Amino acid sequence: MSTLEIRNLHVTVETPEGTKEILKGVDLTINSGETHAIMGPNGSGKSTLAYSIAGHPKYQITEGSVTLDGEDVLEMSVDERAKAGLFLAMQYPVEVPGVSVSNFLRTAKTAIDGEAPKLRTWVKDVRVAMDNLRMDPAFGERGVNEGFSGGEKKRHEILQMELLQPKISILDETDSGLDVDALRIVSEGVNRAKESTGLGVMLITHYTRILNYIKPDFVHVFVNGRVAEQGGPELAERLEAEGYDRYVANA
Amino acid sequence: MTVTDHTQATADAAHSHGIIPDKSRADRPTSFDVDAFPVPTGREENWRFSPVRDLRTLFADEAVEGTLEWGASDLPEGVALTQLTADDAQARTVRAPGDRASAVAVKHAAAPMALTVAANTVVDEPISIDLTGKGGEARGHILVELGQSAEATVVIRRTGTAHYSELVSVNLADNAGLNLVLLQQWDEDAVHAGEVLAKLGRDARLRGTVVTLGGKVVRLNTSVAFAGEGASVDLFGLYFADSGQHQEHQLFVDHAVPKCTSRVTYKGALAGKTARSVWIGDVLIRAAAEGTDTYELNRNLVLTDGARADSVPNLEIETGEIEGAGHASATGRFDEEQMFYLRSRGISEEQARKLVVRGFFADLIHEIGVPAVEESLMRQIDLEIAHVEEELGDE
Ligand SMILES: Nc1ncnc2c1ncn2[C@@H]1O[C@H](COP(=O)(O)OP(=O)(O)OP(=O)(O)O)[C@@H](O)[C@H]1O
Ligand SMILES: [Mg+2]
Repeated sequence: MSTLEIRNLHVTVETPEGTKEILKGVDLTINSGETHAIMGPNGSGKSTLAYSIAGHPKYQITEGSVTLDGEDVLEMSVDERAKAGLFLAMQYPVEVPGVSVSNFLRTAKTAIDGEAPKLRTWVKDVRVAMDNLRMDPAFGERGVNEGFSGGEKKRHEILQMELLQPKISILDETDSGLDVDALRIVSEGVNRAKESTGLGVMLITHYTRILNYIKPDFVHVFVNGRVAEQGGPELAERLEAEGYDRYVANA
Repeated sequence: MTVTDHTQATADAAHSHGIIPDKSRADRPTSFDVDAFPVPTGREENWRFSPVRDLRTLFADEAVEGTLEWGASDLPEGVALTQLTADDAQARTVRAPGDRASAVAVKHAAAPMALTVAANTVVDEPISIDLTGKGGEARGHILVELGQSAEATVVIRRTGTAHYSELVSVNLADNAGLNLVLLQQWDEDAVHAGEVLAKLGRDARLRGTVVTLGGKVVRLNTSVAFAGEGASVDLFGLYFADSGQHQEHQLFVDHAVPKCTSRVTYKGALAGKTARSVWIGDVLIRAAAEGTDTYELNRNLVLTDGARADSVPNLEIETGEIEGAGHASATGRFDEEQMFYLRSRGISEEQARKLVVRGFFADLIHEIGVPAVEESLMRQIDLEIAHVEEELGDE
């Protein structure tokens, strides 16, 4: 049982016009096995929240705390956070030319576990995971995200998540740009991880469609750098019908 | 970090405005006479990026004592390695030297050596030649000659230290195929100025790979001339400059006859405050060279502050009847987004940097086509990256 606890998180970025505050006091707690949907308009700070938790150097934390099972996440380096059990499926996965997917996966798995995986079981695990996500085995020899289509990149993110087995996973618009078949495949991957490892999920999305496949326990409306309202799955339906106007007007 | 990117493309006869380039690359003098070349001051077009002070002993028109120690793998049937007289060596060199260091090397080389592969001989195993510097001044003159339809892979590896100048002459008869790998793995105080001159007969194929990792100063000037139609050349280069190293690679591909193909791909990484690299790629497509297809690329990866990479592609086109001609040059900082991505998967900073740099060079290394060399290069690049970690740790 793990808990990710975000308390009063304030985050700024440096812009040509000066320092800009993007997160303005975020409070959120995610436990193992729970799925929290985060929905909010463009530019409200959802990716900033995701990147700040993962430790992207662009974002400065000016106030607040993030802990995983009581450990101070903000004190950890980027790779230490991953080793502690955090995973970020990125909105725009980065291309790393010349580094093969299979080498990358093995290196990451070795780093997370602190020892190299047993070769035979690992090869099989990768094959099964790729097969589940309908990824051609040929992807193993391609450069990381190099020339991948949008949907392939997202499936590759979920592949990593399934193999690295984090405690808490942040999915930043993993559903955006996916057709319904790809959406189903990716959602199955998330549900498999929830079932087999008790994964806790922060599911950032614009669209309620993915919530038909991955059932949220909580829905948070994210507006102007903070959580404006939270509720159960019914809140998502309301957002679908009414949009964010009500919150934006109040913000 | 300083990055300069001079991109220059000239086209004259192909277009009506008839601009004549200041000076065509083809107009540079060539001569076996050392006096034909004044001692470089560093202001000349072809020496302007070079540390001429470090190279000055290589400009002196005088005999030297030292030599490099030669070691060669067992030579198969049809392959010979022989010492030539100076006159013979000069007569068999494909073109006269193009600069003073090269002319001095030819004049004062103690023992010109020729590696010859007889016509129709196909050598499967790579032929390895190890040249080891024992300190002091040394001059070299090496000829590699393949007879008609011969095929071979030749790996020349330089280690140890010396102040060394050299001319390598490569002569490929019609339809011959050579994979030539030149490895500069000198100790850190070596100084090396070399010229590689290649002439390709009809339908000949040259793959030339240059790998420069060691040495204080390495300056290699490669010129390829097509003497017959249908020939092709692939020139690959890989370099990794640390603090205190100057690595310079100049290239000249002379398309003088129709229907030849050239590809130039050079990639370098630089780390350390005073690391310096220079790449100059000249391609000339003469009026007669219809159906030419050429592309040259230079990419530099700057790993730390202070390092400086110069990249100067230059394409001269004298005919419009070509298949294709292009060049690209890019010098960039280490990509922080790539680092973040890898590290967010638990990979340490050091390991991530290793992966990114290996990835940068991976395709190039796979082009070498000699598995033993490819593997040892990957290990050496890892060592170079380990140096980077030390440099960063010192900051
Ligand atoms: N480096 C930066 N410089 C300037 N502004 C930035 C920077 N990074 C983020 N921002 C701004 O911060 C705000 C929040 O961005 P963020 O990407 O977190 O939003 P988001 O909710 O994920 O939006 P979307 O739904 O479009 O993905 C935006 O206004 C964005 O322009
Ligand atoms: Mg976003």
